[in-house]
Amino acid sequence: MNLYEYMGKEIFRKYGIPVPDGYVVESASGVKKFDKPVVIKSQILLGGRGKSGGIKFAKSQADLDSGVKELLGSKIRNLTVSKVLVEEMLDIKKEIYVSIALNRAERVPMVIASSSGGVEIESVPEDKIFKTLIDPLIGYSDYIGREATNFLKLEPAIGSQFRAILSNLYRVFEKEDCELVEINPLVITGSGKLIAADAKVVMDSDSMFRHKEINIVDTEKTPLELEAQGKGYAFVELDGNIGVIANGAGLTMATLDALTLHKGKPRNFLDLGGTDNVDIVVNAFELVMKADPKAILVNIFGGVTKCDTVANGIVAAKDRLKISKPIVVRLSGVHEDEGRTILKNDGIEAYSTMLPAIERVAKIAGGN
Amino acid sequence: MSVLVDKNTRVIVQGITGHQGSFHAGEMIKFGTKVVAGVSPGKGGSKFQNLDVYDTVAEAMKLSPDATMISVPAPFVKDAALEAIDHGIQIVYILTEHVPFHDTMEIVHQARRKGITLLGPNGPGITSPFLCKIGIMPNQIFKDGDVAVASRSGTLTYEIVEAITRNGFGESTVIGLGGDPVVGMTFIDVLKMFEEDDKTRKIVLVGEIGGNNEERAADYIKKHVSKKVVAYITGRSAPPGKRMGHAGAIIEKGMGTAESKIKAFNSAGVKVADYPWDIPGLLR
Repeated sequence: MNLYEYMGKEIFRKYGIPVPDGYVVESASGVKKFDKPVVIKSQILLGGRGKSGGIKFAKSQADLDSGVKELLGSKIRNLTVSKVLVEEMLDIKKEIYVSIALNRAERVPMVIASSSGGVEIESVPEDKIFKTLIDPLIGYSDYIGREATNFLKLEPAIGSQFRAILSNLYRVFEKEDCELVEINPLVITGSGKLIAADAKVVMDSDSMFRHKEINIVDTEKTPLELEAQGKGYAFVELDGNIGVIANGAGLTMATLDALTLHKGKPRNFLDLGGTDNVDIVVNAFELVMKADPKAILVNIFGGVTKCDTVANGIVAAKDRLKISKPIVVRLSGVHEDEGRTILKNDGIEAYSTMLPAIERVAKIAGGN
Repeated sequence: MSVLVDKNTRVIVQGITGHQGSFHAGEMIKFGTKVVAGVSPGKGGSKFQNLDVYDTVAEAMKLSPDATMISVPAPFVKDAALEAIDHGIQIVYILTEHVPFHDTMEIVHQARRKGITLLGPNGPGITSPFLCKIGIMPNQIFKDGDVAVASRSGTLTYEIVEAITRNGFGESTVIGLGGDPVVGMTFIDVLKMFEEDDKTRKIVLVGEIGGNNEERAADYIKKHVSKKVVAYITGRSAPPGKRMGHAGAIIEKGMGTAESKIKAFNSAGVKVADYPWDIPGLLR
């Protein structure tokens, strides 16, 4: 769950991390009286906003009014800008970098810092990057900040501000259930202040039950993906023509892989999950039909989800949604014989292994 | 011998009165697992089949459990796991999916401090045919044998185990690590156990995109594993930046691709199957 910059900065402010003075504007009437040079930043969830023209600078009221007008409602790589952040322009002396991210292999938070900020951290040479792991049961301790400021060769007055920011950033990471908190750039101003000029905050979507105040639509998802999410399905749209319904994330992925190796092009990823319910199957068909595939492949390894339940779901979906497109089915595992009989009575032949089902549907969808 | 569990392993189920907990506890008993009690806060004094249900793990400790299956809603998993760890239950398996990974991190490190084995979250558990099953794998796909399987997935594991069984092989132990970005065990942890296990002669690893668990396993196999290892990796057709169902299955900034994992396995002499059903052929 990616937060907008302005939301990230609100969190930073709450946790005592200095951010530039500023305000959010949603319509031209929200622009305040110009009193100092400002930056106008489009609030979209994409990197490289500046290069795409999503950031403007204003040195007068006229600049500010026209800049806000131009950005609001404009499209940046297909995303419409509905909010801009107007912020005081900083007197930048130097830009540095700091972040805390989950290190998956070690299963701990990792601090990353560098005296080269304002660029992608991936482009900074390894020997210029400070990295250290934090024990999640103990948390942040000041020596970690001292090691970082030492590595970054920050002068004492800046170093003490940096340590306060790092300590607070760890509190954000922990209390707000973050996968990543990144300040890039962290600006050293001409008057010797450290200020977070940007805020990247990625929260764990599984933690939302304890962060009910966060309410954002994931702009990286398509409308159909959002609809599926609302119905509780793991669903991803792809650009092929074979609708896929399977059970279990691993088996669904394996189904897409096998189709691709057979020159079949999947239209979607849809995992039925581990629930044994006819309606879940019918609703899955409804989603897949909205993606308008040429044919549909159902691949089930029955366990918690039983094959006869899925078969009943397929028959009901065909009837209720009036599906005339070819449906190829593979059923294996719990109650597969019962499932196969149900489908046979409805004129559908179900395979017992994956390969012939994959070959069949790839042939149907590939032939013109 | 088997890995981690055997016919004497005594198991409790935390969340035994829930929909999932009761169904799978019943299936485990049918499989032959020694389920000795259930725990469900607020349901103490009730019964599951002929087993006592307690409010707390502390009360269930008089039955000397060696392992627990945790099947409680995600917001309560951390508390339930810490409760089991605190009482020294040696194997803690978490079935629940969508556990916040910050909670899992704390569970992982507390288990590590206390020397406790943590399986999951969001995995199918562990099965040693027909000695013990803790988890949700279907009972009927197994046959006693010498192939050990470790996997990051659920149904895909069943697909592969069923193929192994259908082709005349059998399994020594099957372990599901879990599909989350943070889980209790890595492939290296299970490889160590499989290498030492007398009964296991061949090893199957079922990996997927995301993270570098497979790459690290390949490096470990090169140095420390003498037994035959084969693998399958899923997610090779997944587009970068899209989570494919499992929270852990995502290609980020070019990291964790199927290509990288297949290359690492090949360099360690581990053959990687193109399809799940090709695994038995590679075991020959």
